[in-house]
Amino acid sequence: MADGLINLTIDGAPVSVPPGTLVIEAAKQAGVLVPHYCYHPGLPVAGVCRMCLVEIEKAPKLAIACATTVTEGMVVRTQAAPAKAARKSVLEFLLINHPLDCPICDQAGECELQDFVFQEGRAGTRYSEYPKRFNPVEDFGPDVLYVPNRCILCTRCVRFMEDVAQEPVLNVSERGDRAFIGIHPDARLDHPWAGNVVDLCPVGSLLSKEFLHKARAWELDKTASICTGCSQGCNITLDTRDEVVVRVRPRPNLEVNRYFICDHGRMHYKWMNRGDRVEAPLVRRDGELRAADWDEALARVVGILRGASGKAVALVSPGASSEALALAKRLLSGGSFSWTGAFQVVMGEEAPLAGVPNLALRAERAPNARGAENLGYTREYAQALEAAKTAAVVLVLDDPDCSVETNGALIYLGTVLGADAPCRRADVILPIANVAEEEGTFTNRDGRDQRYYQAKPAPGMAQPAAWILGELTAAMGLAEAAR
Amino acid sequence: MGYPHKPHPKETVVLSQYFGDADARTIKGWTKRGGYEALSQALKMDPVAVTDVVKESGLRGRGGAGFPTGLKWSFMPKEKKKAHYLCVNADESEPGTFKDREIMRWTPHALLEGTAIAAHAIRAEIAYIYIRGEFTEPWMIMSRALEEANAAGVFGSIKIYLHRGAGAYICGEETALMNSLEGKRGNPRIKPPFPAAAGLFGLPTTINNVETLAAVPHIVKRGAAWYKGLCLSNPKSTGTKLFSVCGHVQRPGNYEVTMGFPLKALLYDMCGGPPAGRTLKACIPGGSSVPILTREETEACLLDYEGVVAQGSMLGSGGVIVFDDSADMVYQIMRLAKFYAHESCAQCTQCREGTAWTTKIMERILAGQGKTTDLDLLLDLSENMTGKTICVLSDSCAAPIVSGIKKFRGEFEAYLAGNRQPVLVG
Repeated sequence: MADGLINLTIDGAPVSVPPGTLVIEAAKQAGVLVPHYCYHPGLPVAGVCRMCLVEIEKAPKLAIACATTVTEGMVVRTQAAPAKAARKSVLEFLLINHPLDCPICDQAGECELQDFVFQEGRAGTRYSEYPKRFNPVEDFGPDVLYVPNRCILCTRCVRFMEDVAQEPVLNVSERGDRAFIGIHPDARLDHPWAGNVVDLCPVGSLLSKEFLHKARAWELDKTASICTGCSQGCNITLDTRDEVVVRVRPRPNLEVNRYFICDHGRMHYKWMNRGDRVEAPLVRRDGELRAADWDEALARVVGILRGASGKAVALVSPGASSEALALAKRLLSGGSFSWTGAFQVVMGEEAPLAGVPNLALRAERAPNARGAENLGYTREYAQALEAAKTAAVVLVLDDPDCSVETNGALIYLGTVLGADAPCRRADVILPIANVAEEEGTFTNRDGRDQRYYQAKPAPGMAQPAAWILGELTAAMGLAEAAR
Repeated sequence: MGYPHKPHPKETVVLSQYFGDADARTIKGWTKRGGYEALSQALKMDPVAVTDVVKESGLRGRGGAGFPTGLKWSFMPKEKKKAHYLCVNADESEPGTFKDREIMRWTPHALLEGTAIAAHAIRAEIAYIYIRGEFTEPWMIMSRALEEANAAGVFGSIKIYLHRGAGAYICGEETALMNSLEGKRGNPRIKPPFPAAAGLFGLPTTINNVETLAAVPHIVKRGAAWYKGLCLSNPKSTGTKLFSVCGHVQRPGNYEVTMGFPLKALLYDMCGGPPAGRTLKACIPGGSSVPILTREETEACLLDYEGVVAQGSMLGSGGVIVFDDSADMVYQIMRLAKFYAHESCAQCTQCREGTAWTTKIMERILAGQGKTTDLDLLLDLSENMTGKTICVLSDSCAAPIVSGIKKFRGEFEAYLAGNRQPVLVG
């Protein structure tokens, strides 16, 4: 028993939690998930769905776990017969007006109503004689549809807009069983963070137009990743179906993004599926770029590096992994080179999430600018471009549109290469994996190193930039191959 | 709206003494009748002493719950660190209840005086009187009275404001009323925190019913012992209480009797009993939210908090709804359920869906399309709607259904068996 902690028992399991902890959170520590709808740790408590009713010894009646704070010696029974009966009845009440259209509902498979009804609901209905409540689908905003028939009025969306986004455009309209989620008649759900209401919705009532009917939840593979939309470093999950990224969802990280991501980040995935990728290493032979195997391409680069000395310039993307950036620096600063490295960051508008401190879509639209800086790359991109003109070797890392000119050798590592891209003049072009196709580390604006994982295979012969640069540094005798 | 009846000899006239006396509405008339003496007396007293007098008097909340008023006041923080508020619940919307309306119509200054005394006792600078939106006439009378009283400067440093509701039953629930006052949707709040800790605008608040506060000046002026002496049965229920009698009686209206007065005497002697040729069948003693009493229970019932509970119901707001043998109890209960279905705030699942569902089943039974399983279903749904929600609206819908089926099952079964002419309700 630790000092300053409250000791209680949940379904027979003793737990110790800090004072002020809610029973529903203490239960999680005991390994017990109390079924709930309106409660969400990132939102103010509403206590309206009445689903998390539990029995607490010595309490006169059932209590909702989401609004009851722990007390010393409390004995909570989530599986007591009265609590189970109460939750079963809540599920019955929720279902009488909920369409059983799971086969065409995007939420099916990740629906909390579906899950808890299967877990502890009633098998049949006692509401057989009546039509269900009907309201037409509403277009709430650029990416949000409201299907009121499926709504269980948990008010998570209302509370998110009111307390977290602090742009209260949603409400509960009407009363009784006529109630629905209403939107201000002159407003759209177009707040830069509005898409979170889709994740927060425990049922299929708020849907993303982007994801509408695109995939079934159970077909998706989920991979932990880091958003590349800006320098905040929000933790995300990449949902892939048949090796195509189809959805980006927030992954809770209380220190960085809590439970949320912005709409910019949410939409920032389509480029991961581009079909016009560089799929094979290309080397210049007789003035023409020709496909080569990795041995030939790497040998060519090693040949170039061995035969050169003087200035070496790296023009890199601030979206490259820290591993790749470190190896690129090691490669170009070893031997007889004097090294310069620079990156440029695309800027956009900053969009804070008012209710969460230090969380915003950052003006710097790059995930690893801080990582690049930590490794010695500078923001003096124009000077680096100038230096490149007289450099012996220029390495461009995943920046296909950089207007590089050089009299020396040009090596390009990239995912794509437009028909008119300046990097087409390169001596060697090496195809690399994008963020969804490799494992790596980004350092966010606050200096937090965060790892992301591979969600799908890279196309053709493309390899992670860190692998390629590792092979090269090893061949140059600068390090062990970092596979 | 007309003048009330002349008091019946069996009435104990305290609050209703000046009902029908238009002169008592003016501050001049009110002062002439001894008004505002209690306030000036109370303002000279220590707030704790005022609270103690009310505690000693045994006065209990007249809004429905019957919580001891002095005790409620004493829950306010002892050490005042933030602003305190007093809310006056004048959102009288319980079906069958119309006592607060008459207090505001005839003795607006009694309410204002009681409000100011209570505000002093709980050390509140500001009191809000939340008046039901439909109460046009009481609103106008209260506004005029407040203007006069402010002009006369009787309240000292206490500020009293009137606020008019917009027509929602649920805004009579104390925390929904506070949300409504704050300009929010009138949804009841989760308790705890209780209003004395965090009420209006998150600050310590006491909320009292109109009738409760109207009794306070009398207690301050005439003493706790006098008020405590007004008791015919259980010493835990003291004072007088206004009963609004409506339905199948010959002389409906407001009657003021001492706590513990027999309900039978109220209905037969004072209200003249059922219309000629009819007999009493049932009675809802405390506003539509309490269980229904049979004739036998009604005639045995004593009108105080304990007496009505002894008969299986509650004193509630004192809205007495009387049914004679012509009443169709199934229809009446459907009508009540429909009211709650209309007024549910839609927060809690059981209430939002349950009130509407039970109404539909009641309508189906009335239409002759009920199923034999419907009564068990209604009882089960009612059980699921009781004691599980934020406020008691859901329980209030279930109470008449459960007591109705228990006590008048035969009428339900007659519809189910097709032995009654179906009633179609839209």
